Amino acid sequence: MRKLALSDEILMRVEKPARYIGNEVNSVVKDKERVAIRFAMCFPDVYEIGMSHLGIQILYSMFNAWEDVWCERVYSPWVDLDRIMRERNIPLFALESQEPVRDMDFLGITIQYEMCYTNILQVLDLAQIPLMAAERGEDVPIVIGGGPCAYNPEPIANFFDLFYIGEGETQYRALLDCYLENRARGGTRRDFLRSAAKLSGIYVPQFYEELYYEDGRIGGRRKLYEDIPDRITKELVRDVTEVHYPLKPVVPFIKVTQDRVVLEIQRGCIRGCRFCQAGQLYRPVRERDADRLKEYAAAMLENTGHEEISLSSLSSSDYTQLNELLEFLIEDCSKKHVNISLPSLRIDAFSLDVMSKVQDVKKSSLTFAPEAGSQRLRDVINKGLTEEVILKGAALAFEGGWTRVKLYFMLGLPTETEEDIRGIGDLSNKIAATFYDTVPKDKRVNGRVQIVTSTSFFIPKPFTPFQWAAMCTSKEFLDKAYLTKKGIMEQLNQKSIKYNWHEADVSVLEGVFARGDRRVAKVILEAYRRGCLFDSWSEYFHNDIWLACFEDCGLDIGFYTTRKRAEDEIFPWDFIDCGVTKEFLLREWKKAQAGSVSPNCKEQCQGCGASRFGVGICHERRAEG
Amino acid sequence: MKIRIKFAKYGAMKFIGHLDMMRYFQKAVRRADIDIRYSEGFSPHQIMSFAAPLGVGIESYGEYMDIEVLSMTSAEDMLQALNRVMVEGVEILSVTVMPDNVKNAMASVAAASYRIRRKEPDERTAVAGSGAGGMQGDAAGGFAIAGLDEKLREFYAQEHIPYTKETKKSVLELDLKPGIYELAAEPDGTVRMLVNASSSGNIKPLAVMERFLAFAGEDIAGEDCQVTRLETYADMAKDGEEHRFVPLADVGQCR
Repeated sequence: MRKLALSDEILMRVEKPARYIGNEVNSVVKDKERVAIRFAMCFPDVYEIGMSHLGIQILYSMFNAWEDVWCERVYSPWVDLDRIMRERNIPLFALESQEPVRDMDFLGITIQYEMCYTNILQVLDLAQIPLMAAERGEDVPIVIGGGPCAYNPEPIANFFDLFYIGEGETQYRALLDCYLENRARGGTRRDFLRSAAKLSGIYVPQFYEELYYEDGRIGGRRKLYEDIPDRITKELVRDVTEVHYPLKPVVPFIKVTQDRVVLEIQRGCIRGCRFCQAGQLYRPVRERDADRLKEYAAAMLENTGHEEISLSSLSSSDYTQLNELLEFLIEDCSKKHVNISLPSLRIDAFSLDVMSKVQDVKKSSLTFAPEAGSQRLRDVINKGLTEEVILKGAALAFEGGWTRVKLYFMLGLPTETEEDIRGIGDLSNKIAATFYDTVPKDKRVNGRVQIVTSTSFFIPKPFTPFQWAAMCTSKEFLDKAYLTKKGIMEQLNQKSIKYNWHEADVSVLEGVFARGDRRVAKVILEAYRRGCLFDSWSEYFHNDIWLACFEDCGLDIGFYTTRKRAEDEIFPWDFIDCGVTKEFLLREWKKAQAGSVSPNCKEQCQGCGASRFGVGICHERRAEG
Repeated sequence: MKIRIKFAKYGAMKFIGHLDMMRYFQKAVRRADIDIRYSEGFSPHQIMSFAAPLGVGIESYGEYMDIEVLSMTSAEDMLQALNRVMVEGVEILSVTVMPDNVKNAMASVAAASYRIRRKEPDERTAVAGSGAGGMQGDAAGGFAIAGLDEKLREFYAQEHIPYTKETKKSVLELDLKPGIYELAAEPDGTVRMLVNASSSGNIKPLAVMERFLAFAGEDIAGEDCQVTRLETYADMAKDGEEHRFVPLADVGQCR
C-alpha cells in the first residue's frame, strides 16, 4: 500500500495539507515496475498557482498517454512545509507516487515568470539534487527547463541540464527515446546530453560559453563541440487541431486560481504590440477548429464535473470562429448549469451581447487595456486601441447596465513624457464623464460609476521590438506613479476613480532577469542562499537582500536595466531562433521611435519571419489572395 | 425527490476539509450525471446539504449528505454511478430515497459514534484504500493502557467532566458529561464512544479523549490519537424516552 510522504503530524501542522497528498480526480497512478521513464513535472510555485496552468495539464496528459512513461506533478512546498522539510531532511516528493523526485529520470520545470527563479533552486535543493548542472552525477534526474522564460535561459542556464525551447507537444517523444537509447547503450549522463544537444529545439547550456568584452557586453559565444548547433530553433505545433489536448485534466480538491475547464482556442496573436513578448514568441497565429473545441468542451465538462468553462488565447476577439463557438457554449452550458467565464474581449456590440447573456451585468466589470495614456504613445507601442473606440465601447456598456470599468496602463514605456502620463487621468475621467452623460440620473443602478485604473511598470523583454530599450529606475517608476496619482486627483470625476500601482522594486529585478546573461546566475544563487524565496509574493520579497547580493557579487543592476542597447549589440538570447527575426524587431524598434504603427497580421504581412514555419495565418492569407 | 447518501472518507482524504468535500461532491454529482435539482436565480446551485461537518484529520464511515433529484432510475444505479467517479478514500456506502416530509440531514443530527486508536510514532497515512477489507480502518493501535475498560468506567462515573474550550475570542468552561452517551473500551484496546453531535451541543471526541488520558495519568497527546467516526444518528425518541438513536440512513423507515 502506498503511504503519504509526510507524516500525519506534519500534514496536520501545515496550511492546506491537500497541497501535498495527490489523489485528485484524473491524476494518474501507474505501476512503476511497468514504466521505462519516470518524469516529475514541476511548476515552481505554490500548488494553487501551479495547478491552474494549462501547459502542465497538456504535457501531463500527453506523457501519461504513453504507456512507457509515468509523469507526476511537483509544486513548491509553501514556506511552512519548506521549513519542516529542511529541518528533518525530508526529500521533495512527487504527488502521485509520493516518492522522492530524486529517484526519477527527469525533473521538468516550467518557467512562466522570472520571479520564480529562487523557487527553482528551492525545488532542486529540497529534491536533494545539486543546484549546479555541472556538479550532478549519474544518480540524479536530468533537469529540463521550458516555458516562456526559457527563451532567455542564460540567467538560470547553470542550474539546468537542458532547455526545451518552444511548444512542448512536438519534441518530447524524441527526447525520451534518445534517453532510452542512451540507457540501452549503457551511456552516461553526459553521453545523453551530447545526443540530446543535436535534437531540434533542445539547448544544453553546459556545452556553450558566453564571451564578454571588457565593458561587460557580450562579444560572442563558443561551443564545446563542433557537432552541436550554433542556433536553437523553437519548436512549434504545425496543426493545433490534431495535436494532443488534455480531455481529463486533474481536478484539485482545494480552490485554485483557475478552477475551471480551459479551452485553448488558438495560439499566437496577430496584434504585434511592441512591448508584448508572448505576441512574438507564439507566432504564427494558429486557430483550433471550432467543431473540435465543441467536442472538447463536452468531454472535459463530463470528465471533470467543473461548473465553469473559460476560453484561453492571447486575443480571443481575433478568433475567427468565436461567434459560432460562443453560441454553442451559451446554449449547451445553460442546459448543464455551467457558467462561462469570458476572457477579455474587445468591447463592442457583439461582446457586450454575449457578456450580458453569461454574466450578471451588475456584478461584472468591463476591462480595457489602453496600456498608454495618449494616442501618441499608443502608436509607439503599436496598441491599436483608440480613445474613440474606448469611449464608444464604454457608452454602449453603460447603456447595457454595466457600472464598473477596469483600465490597465503601463508606466515607463519608451519615449513616455509627462503629457502621456497625465493622459491616464484624462482618459479615466472621460470614461466616467461618459457614464454620467449616457445614463440618466434615475437609471444609475449603483449611483455612480466605479473606475479602477491600474498601472504596471514597463519591463523590456527579449524578442520584442523594445529589447533595445532602456528601463526606468525604481525611483523613476515611483515618480511616474505619483504623477499618475496626482493627475487622477485633479480630475472632475476623481471620486469615481480608484488608482492602483504595481511594486517598483520587484519590476526592476524582473527587468534584470528578463534580459540578464549567464553572470546573473551567481546573484540568484546567493539570494537563495540568503533566504530569498517566493519573490513573486510581495510578503516574501526582500529587496534589501537582493540589492546586497548584486553588490557583493559585483554586478551592476543598471547594466541590465537602464542601459539603452546599441542596434548591433549581441544579446544573451540571440542564439535562440524564435521565428521572428532580429531584423524585423529592429525595424519595429525604429518605427516605434518614429511613432509609426504597423498593421496586424490580418491586414498586412510585416515579414516578421514566422511564415517560414509554413502554417497559420501567414499562409491562409496567401491562399485567399 | 429527496435522496440521502451515506459515504466513507478515509486514507489521504481525511486531510480534505469540509468545504472542499462539498466542492468535491458538487463536481462528482456532475461527473456521475445525476439529475440533481438546482435552485432558482441568476447563479443556480445544486440542492445539496451535508449532515455533520467532519474535522480535518478525522476518518469516517458514517458521513451523510442529502440531495434533491428531478429523476432517477434506482438507488442502486445511483450508488454505482457515484462510486464510479469517486477517488480513493471516498466510498458511497448507501443511497436511500427518503420520504418527502423527513427533516434534512443537517437538522436531524443528534449524535455520532467514534472509535479512537493510538497512532504509531511518525505514522504516515496510506494513500490507497484497500477496498472492503480496509473499510473499518486499520484496527491495530490499541492504547495499551492497563485496565482501560475499568479506567474508562471510573472516568465516566464522574458527575462532571469539566473541559476548558479556548477560542480566539473567549475561554469557555464546559461540562462534557451530559453529552457523552456511551464510553467503553474495545477488545483491541481502542476506545469507542457515542456523543452529542447536534449543532447546539456538539462534543469533540478528541476533547473527551484528552480529558480521559489526563484522568488516567497517561502521557499521550491528542495528536497521537486517530479518531474515526463510525456512524451519525438522529434521535427518534418518543414521549417518555430519553434517547432513541437511529442511523440517519434509517430514519425514513422509523416512524
